[in-house]
Order: sequence, then structure tokens, then C-alpha cells
Amino acid sequence: MTEAVSPPPPGPLPQGEGELAFAPRSAVTAIAATRVSKSFGGVRALRDASFAAAAGEVHALVGENGAGKSTLIKLLGGRLPPDSGTIQCDGRAIRLTGPAEAVAHGIGTVFQELTLLPWMTVAENLLIGREPRAFGFIRRAELAPAADAMLADLGIHHIDPRALAADISLAERQIIEIVRVIVRRPRVLLLDEPTSSLVEREVAWLFARIRELSAAGTAVVFTSHRWKEITSIADRITIFRNGAEVGTFTGIDESEAITLMTGQQVEALYPPCPALPADARPALALADATVNGSGGLGFSLAAGEILGVGGLAGQGHRELFLGLFGAPPLRHGSIRIDGRAARIASPADAIHARLGLALVPEDRKTEGLLLPLPVRDNLTLPILSRLSRLGVIRGGAEQRLSREMIRRLGIRTPSMAQPVGALSGGNQQKVLVGRWLLADSRILLLYDVTRGVDIATKHEIYELMTRLAGEGKAILFYSSDTEELAHLCHRVLVLRYGRIAAELAPPALTAEAIVAAAIHDMAGSDSGDGLAVTAGDGHAE
Amino acid sequence: MGWLSLPATAMPSDVAIRPQAVHRRPRAAHALGQNAGLILAALILALCIVGFAAMFWVQQQRLPGNFEITSTVNNTMPLALAAIGQCIVVLTRGIDLSVGGVVDLSNALAAIWLTGGVLHMIGVSVLIVLIGAVAGLVNGLLVGLGRLQPIVVTLATLSIFQGVAIRVLPQPGGAVPSGYTDVLVNPDQPWALVFLAVAIVGWMGLRRSRLGVGIFAIGNDESSAVALGVNAIRTKVIAYMIGGALYALAGLFLAANATAGDATTGDGYTLTSIVAVVLGGVNLFGGRGSAVGAICGAFITTMIVNILFFSRINPLYQSFYEGLFLVIAVVFGALIGRLVRGTR
Repeated sequence: MTEAVSPPPPGPLPQGEGELAFAPRSAVTAIAATRVSKSFGGVRALRDASFAAAAGEVHALVGENGAGKSTLIKLLGGRLPPDSGTIQCDGRAIRLTGPAEAVAHGIGTVFQELTLLPWMTVAENLLIGREPRAFGFIRRAELAPAADAMLADLGIHHIDPRALAADISLAERQIIEIVRVIVRRPRVLLLDEPTSSLVEREVAWLFARIRELSAAGTAVVFTSHRWKEITSIADRITIFRNGAEVGTFTGIDESEAITLMTGQQVEALYPPCPALPADARPALALADATVNGSGGLGFSLAAGEILGVGGLAGQGHRELFLGLFGAPPLRHGSIRIDGRAARIASPADAIHARLGLALVPEDRKTEGLLLPLPVRDNLTLPILSRLSRLGVIRGGAEQRLSREMIRRLGIRTPSMAQPVGALSGGNQQKVLVGRWLLADSRILLLYDVTRGVDIATKHEIYELMTRLAGEGKAILFYSSDTEELAHLCHRVLVLRYGRIAAELAPPALTAEAIVAAAIHDMAGSDSGDGLAVTAGDGHAE
Repeated sequence: MGWLSLPATAMPSDVAIRPQAVHRRPRAAHALGQNAGLILAALILALCIVGFAAMFWVQQQRLPGNFEITSTVNNTMPLALAAIGQCIVVLTRGIDLSVGGVVDLSNALAAIWLTGGVLHMIGVSVLIVLIGAVAGLVNGLLVGLGRLQPIVVTLATLSIFQGVAIRVLPQPGGAVPSGYTDVLVNPDQPWALVFLAVAIVGWMGLRRSRLGVGIFAIGNDESSAVALGVNAIRTKVIAYMIGGALYALAGLFLAANATAGDATTGDGYTLTSIVAVVLGGVNLFGGRGSAVGAICGAFITTMIVNILFFSRINPLYQSFYEGLFLVIAVVFGALIGRLVRGTR
């Protein structure tokens, strides 16, 4: 782990003849963790884990959610101190008291939680701590031009440095977060799930930047749940499971990796879709709705059906899903539920037993769960009036229903009293689904629920979806992952500019067909290679 | 910092996310949207001034002149200074309820210490402002280092400072030399505007300093600010100290106005400083706002009182109408703010 003591040579590493640019075993170790442990309360996130990344390599850190990847990144990035074990930088043990100190050691980190200051401009965020000054005072007029130049140098022209960070899209915020770190040309770059909110073109941009930095000698460590990305950029892969490393590999294939990550074989990622009964009645019918400024959107969703909604980001998916849930209501259009006209003016209307709509958003932290409250309370919140007698909650009934739901959905939690915030992302999603099942929701609106969720939990969510469809629930499912849509759905609607550009059903339903329909007439207006990035991706609130 | 030093050549931008620039909102639109609170406060103030002038014209058949302007400015100075201090604390996502106590203490000390020579008076004034800063230091240490809730800490220190003030000056009295009054709040000309101009210049300097950026950053998101290298504890302590110094200054202006001291005269400034900050468009949850807005808010508060006075409203109902005006102004502000930022 600590074989090298000399600092890395400035500039690209010398090319060896007939071998890789670096040989991992003899290369200079830029950053390493040796037998580090970290516990949160009673939960051991890392147990005697070791990890090392060499200068000039791209090193992927993979594992299920809860395997300890993010915790390791936080230790290396100075956000948390280890309980035991040591961190080495260039072969010397260092003690990091905070992220600022890690920065002083040349360690730049993009943490999973975004850290932009919402009510400050993009320029202020990019330049904080290194603003252009005159006589000690910041030259505010020069902030935006300086930020613009910085972004243009990196090939970013679509983000306005004068906009507030709160007003740009999630993907743009992620890009700014990355830019803020890479412009300092760190010797060690740590990226925790940098691509989870990016589309292909933006990922391509990031990977080009990563290659430049690693060619210049930076050690790049990144985590991702997208296997294609990992294999396309990583020189080496370290797999984590249960808080410790399983091993470091080159040229490992996906099924091997999944087996090592989960400790078990995942047979097929996508469960078979249950057959749709021929006489399925429409559970939800939408007609003539206006989404993204264009009118005439309509479709029908049958009980027991999984109807996918795909398309590029920013085409009105979010508006549609929130609109059906009344948060805020759709501007035009009529909704019929079980054949009867329904008026949904607020989420309270949507949840109401007669309509039985439920929304599971991708951003569980801000849009659904009360993180400090226990799993039990989060599950039973909407049905408390049903569980109460004379205003007093019947604790026994609440416990029983919660226990049943935790078992039925396979929610991994030490107890029902555990705060939801302490669960992994995928399990938080399950709690949300469980809440709506308890509330007898019959129509589930699932919005990108698998984003940033590990493969094993994804698999469980897929199984849950097909099981619920089999039980007669109607599921409207938006996903940014076209493979998912192609494999799980009975039909997929591709939205473009707020209109249905294509309706795909087997056998025409393939991931390629979805992408083709999504970019059909957009390809000409942009450079045409791959997915175009739209200015807003609909994530702004 | 110890970054790898590389030649400053730009990274090749062969992979651009978008080939060319997209349409951007004009610079003025950003400025308008991001300063909506400040602009609105200035507009409300302008409305109040026009309303007051109209009311004055109806009653007196002339426009307000030098005397009215001077007395308005002099009467508003203490609140304007307290509001700037409150604004700086609120920007850190704090709140300072001890304003009244510090104003009381400063006012009481001024009444008993201010005598005789010029140098003596300058020395006493500086000392009192420093005492205000020490009061702020206590608040800041408890909030920053002690990680206690600002509202609880400053509620407690409010009572403590009030108690000390009563101890210093049990009965209203003392005398402030007229020369002192003439310098701070000259009764003949609105010279006090010079002090206000100095305060605004100071604010602009703060806005462009590391400390100012830190104040805004921790008000936006404290843990992110810390991750960016902001020393949150030091920033908070200094913010409360600046606040305390400004409240003490407010107490001096109050003493100069009254030419005497009273250890309870400052009590009202706790609430009115918060009102001024809200009217000035400063976000009570921190991170957004301007001291210039807080100054506007202070003047709006005074103008409302003036308007009520000239509309011959029964003084018994004065606070009723003050409250009504405040609600209308805040609702109006919220509506306009929503309009400017779009429907979101």
C-alpha cells in the first residue's frame, strides 16, 4: 500500500515500452487508506478497509449502497475523520481535520451531496475563496466574466454564471460542482457518483476531463452504479462489500462483479413482466393536458399495467407526474379515474381513497420522507386518521401494519424505530412505496425511482413493481434509464416537447427505439452525436 | 495551496457539452430578480415618502422642508444602525434579540459617562462601541462555539444586558453635552446622512471581503460553507460582534437625540430592528439580503409613523395601524417577489 514515498513527477508519467502507461503495482501511490474503520451510531460503515490509488490512474470504486464507498470517499476527502486506521497521501500519513485541509494536500472531492450555495450565483460558487481582487476587495463585476472564461475553457457554454445556483438544473449544478474541483487540477480527484444526474453527452464531457487529468498524473477515484461507464473509463476496479474491500481488479466482467458485490448470483436483472389481461379496465385516463407549453397530451393506463414514460430530460415528464399528483395541478386537461372524472387540485385530493394516486419521486429527501422520523411513522403517516381512535393512535395496529409492510417489501432496517434517514437510498424508496400500499393506493406514479440505487436493490424494486402490477395496481413509470423502460414496461410513451412522440410496445419496444424516438428531430438541430443536453432538465422546483 | 502546479494552458475543449452558447437571460433580468427584495424596499420607501409629502401638503399647504427631513433622519438613525447589525446577524441564519439590551446599556453608559472635552467624548464613545462588541462576542461565542440556538441565547442575553443597564442608570437622567448632539444628530441640517453613507460604504466593503462572503455562505448552507473552507465559528462570532457594536452606536445616537439617558428606552429596538430587516427584503432564514435594504426598512418604519401622525389618527390606535401597514407591506412584497422570480 505504501511502497512509494517519492512525490509524483510533474506532468504525464513516462510511457513504458509495450505496456500500460503505468503499471499499477509499481506506480506511485497518490492516495491510500490503510485498515480504516468508521461507525455511525451502532452501524459500522467501514471495517478495516484498505484502498490505494496510483498517480495517473482512473480507479472505480463499486459496491452496493451501504457497502462503504461514500464513507471511504468522505474519509479520503477530509469530510469525516476515521475511527481507526490511517490515510496516506504520497506515501506519508496525513490527518485531515476538514475538507479545506484535504484541498491543501491537493485532494479535490465532489461529494455525493451537492454543496453549492443556493442563493449565490454560479460565478460566486465557482470562485469562492479565489475571487478576483483589487486592494483586498473582491471585484464583483469581474466574477461573472472570470467564471464564464473558466467554464468556456472546459467546454461549457450553456450555463449562465450570473444565474443563482438554485435556478439551474440538477445536472448543471452537478457540472458546476465538478468544475469547481477540477479547475484546481488536484493531484487526487475523488468523485462520488458524479454521473447519477448526468445524461450521456455530459458524461462524455466529464470523462474527457477525467482523461486529461489522469494523463497529467492525477489519481482519479470515482464511484458509479452504471457498469458501462465503469468499464469505459476505469483502469482498475476495487469492489467493496459490507464495509471492506473484496479486491482490486482489472478486466472483470459485469456478472462477476455483481457476484462479488452482492455475495450472491443475481440471475436475471429484469423479472418477466406479468401478462396483461385482455379485459383490463382503464384505471387512469388523461386527455388533452398541456405539458411543457404544448397541449393535447393524453393516454390511458390500465389496472395491472406498467406504462413507461421515456424521453430526454426536460420534455415535461416531471410536470406531468407532479401534475397528476396535484403538486401543482396540470394547467389543462381532464383526468378520469376508474372511468369517472376526477378533479385533482392538490396532493390531498390525489391521495384520497376514492382516487388512490401515489407519487414516488426521485428526490426522496425533499419530496416524500421525513428523514429524522422512524420508518414506522413514515409508513403510517397518511393513514393515521384510520389508525386512531378519538384522536389517539392505536400503537398496536400501527406496529403490526408497519412490521407487515417491512417484511412484504423486504425493507432492510434494524428495526421499525430506525430513522428513515439512516437507511440506504433504495430502502428509502421502498418505505415510500410501502406507505402508499398501506394507504391503499391503486395508481402508482414512480418517477425515476431507481436513480442512484445499487443493482441488487434495483432488482428488488423491479420485482416489487412486477408483483404489484400482477396484483392489479396501475403503474406509471418514468425512468432516465432506457434499458429499464424497455425491459419492465408493457408499453412506453416517449415524450418530446411535452407531446407523445412515439408509443412503443413489444416487439418494437427496445432501448434503441426509445432513444431514437426521443432524439428523432432533435438530432439535426444539435451536433447529432448522442443525446443532446437541453438547457433545463426539468429538475428545478 | 499545495496543488500540483502545471502550465496554465487551458484544457482542450474538444468535448463541449453544447457546441455553442445558448440564449441567456439579460444581465439586467438577473440583477432585478436577485435584488428583488432590495428594489421592492426602495419602492415602498419611495411610496411612503410620496404619501407623506401628500399628507403634509394637505395639512400644511407646503412640502416637507429641511426641518422635517432633518428630524426624520435623526429619529431614524438609531433604528437604521440597529437594523444593519440585525441584518448582518440574520444573514448568517441567526437572529439577535439582544438588540434592545445593548441599546439600553449603551444609552445608559452614554448618559453617565459623556461629559466635558472632545477627546474625552471620543474616547467614551469608542469605549461604549467596544462594550457593544463585547456583548456581541458573548452572543457569538454562545451561538458559534456553544452551538446553541441564536433565539434562545440572545433572548437570555437581552435580559442580562437590560439588567446591567438598569444597574448602570437606575433612574432616567444624566445629560449629553449639546456639542455631542450637534455632531451626531445636528438639529439644523440632516448631517447624520453622512454617517449613513459611511455605513453603506462599510457594507459594500464587507460584501467584497472574505468575511462578507463567509457570512453569506454560512447563511446559505453552513456545512457546505465549511467544506469550502469558511471558518463558521469565527464568521458567526464576528457577525454578532459587528451587530453588537452597531447596536451600541444606535444607543449613542439615541442618547444624542434625547440629550439624556434612559435604561429602558432601547427595549423596542429588538422588534423594530427585525421589522426593518423584513421590510428591507432580507431573508429571515439567512443568506439573502442587503444592509441597504435594512436601512430602507428602517426609514419605511419611521415614515409610517409620520404618516399616521399627520393623518390625525387617534394615538391610541397607532400601533394597530402600524401593524396593518406592516402586514400589507410584507404581503405585497411576497407577491411581487413571487412574480419577479416566476411562478415557482
